[in-house]
Amino acid sequence: MLIRVLTRTSILFGTIVAASIAMFALLAVLPGDPAQVALGVNATPEALAQTRAEFGTNRPLVTQYLSWFGNFLHGSFGRSYLTRADIGPQIADRLQVTLWLVSLGMVVAIVIAVPLGVIAAVRHQKMSGTLLAGTSQFGMAVPSFIAAILLVDIFAVQLRWVPSGGWTPPASDPGQFLRQVSLPVLSLGLVQAALLSRYIRSTTLNVLREDYIRTARAKGLTPGRAFLRHGMRNVAIPVVTVLGLQMSALLVDAIVIERVFVIPGLGGLLLDSVSNRDLLLVQGVVMVLVVAVLAINYIVDVLYLLIDPRLRIST
Amino acid sequence: MTTNALNPSLEAIWDTPPERRRLSPMLWVGGTLVGLVVLAAVISFFWTPYSPVLVDPPHRLLRPSGAHWLGTDALGRDVFSQMLVGARTTMFVGVIAVGVGAIVGAPLGIIAAMSGRFVSETILRFIDVLLAFPALLLAILFGAVWGASTLTAMLAIGIATAPAFARLVRAGALQVMSTEYVLAARVAGKRKAVIALRHVLPNVAGLMIVQASVSYGIAVLAESGLSYLGFGTPPPTPSWGRILQEAQTLLFVDPLLSLWPAAAIALAVLGFNLLGDGLRDRFDPQLDDRS
Repeated sequence: MLIRVLTRTSILFGTIVAASIAMFALLAVLPGDPAQVALGVNATPEALAQTRAEFGTNRPLVTQYLSWFGNFLHGSFGRSYLTRADIGPQIADRLQVTLWLVSLGMVVAIVIAVPLGVIAAVRHQKMSGTLLAGTSQFGMAVPSFIAAILLVDIFAVQLRWVPSGGWTPPASDPGQFLRQVSLPVLSLGLVQAALLSRYIRSTTLNVLREDYIRTARAKGLTPGRAFLRHGMRNVAIPVVTVLGLQMSALLVDAIVIERVFVIPGLGGLLLDSVSNRDLLLVQGVVMVLVVAVLAINYIVDVLYLLIDPRLRIST
Repeated sequence: MTTNALNPSLEAIWDTPPERRRLSPMLWVGGTLVGLVVLAAVISFFWTPYSPVLVDPPHRLLRPSGAHWLGTDALGRDVFSQMLVGARTTMFVGVIAVGVGAIVGAPLGIIAAMSGRFVSETILRFIDVLLAFPALLLAILFGAVWGASTLTAMLAIGIATAPAFARLVRAGALQVMSTEYVLAARVAGKRKAVIALRHVLPNVAGLMIVQASVSYGIAVLAESGLSYLGFGTPPPTPSWGRILQEAQTLLFVDPLLSLWPAAAIALAVLGFNLLGDGLRDRFDPQLDDRS
């Protein structure tokens, strides 16, 4: 058990290193000299050489990578070549915003998907169950940004219930925060809810056919109690994996959703830094996203080992 | 079918009992939706009501009518013509992206299944690294380095889909490798490359077709998102994602304009998803969860 967790942990770190090298190598072929970008076209050769030395871009690529990755391990992302501002705090600021969206989106998805999935499974031979399954199939086909635009059209343009975008930190004005965040979070959550409910439905269907449910029913439990007492736990195990994948999907979806609603999150920072050719900032944001995706996968794998005792002994 | 029920092979199509050979509603609806996208793309090569890039300011923001079936946009361009040519972009990006995914992913999967522990582990770890870069993120990175274009979007989506192909093909190939006919071929002294091409590849082809349909839906989603962000097909080539992005700025003026591209993207993705599910059920009754 411990050995498996340790193996998985070493794989996580190996993958992070490999992914960082891949990203660094990709961005190293980026045309243009950061010193030239920072100083403009009229810079003298002496000034350029001095700025290159200051940025460290005159060193060999391997040295540059090692010092950048070393700093990253210490939680420092360096200073932007363009604005000279420290990158770490910027990313931390923006990450907070994105994490609000992702976690609230996840809550919306779970709150909608769990009852829908279970109901669709229990009634799978009835009209209502088929209808629910069909709705979720359709929901999966709608990208979150399209859901977002449709929601804005209905609730912001036609009904004028909520604003069509913007961001207020929850600490400064909770009411305004909730109004502004409702549509982005709904559009993130609805699409994932469709996917999740489909998964919960098929898992529940399988669990309901198990012998232990039949035994529980034979003991005199009602179908509902039999499922809650003995089925729910077994549905939860495979669903954890899907939740992890969905967290990663939400992080990526948030990049687009932030653009739709003009929310200053990590996605906006990434897109801005790309269009400004702010190399170190791009590296920093991508690295945070990549580590987040890998860390989520890691946590799911380890949780899986912890929740399901069967996995601990087999193989 | 008899030797490995979990591995849908091409033969499975012909082995399907007659009662399963009837088209399921999923295959019907999925096939029709996908067919419509293909049809729109094909038609766009021969005929569009207007040139999709013809700017005609006097006739801007017209409502749908006999002259302009879906109306015109802010520059007076005919929306229906743009949607037809946009279908072409969707098909093109999807075909190349899924092709890249299959060409990169399938050999990795087969090699991983047929090789020793070291090579196999190396490939699996390489796939882990690929999985760290979701399609959208990779496309933004590619766009940053080489400038955003249809090509960078297709490559990025393709590479991001490769892990799914590789994992699936590896699982299928491992099953094929344990069959008696592969053992017989190895005893007969056939080289690994011959076994891979003659025995493994044909047997995982069914799996790959199913995965291709599912990946196609994902590719269409990713392309529309990228074009929406400005990291996909550059103007003036029409793409559903960019038509939507342009329409969104006019949401307060003309909400209908956003509806066409939004519906087209959603229905195309729905079509590929249903087709994928339908094909899976058809090839592989074991995974059928509808009971």
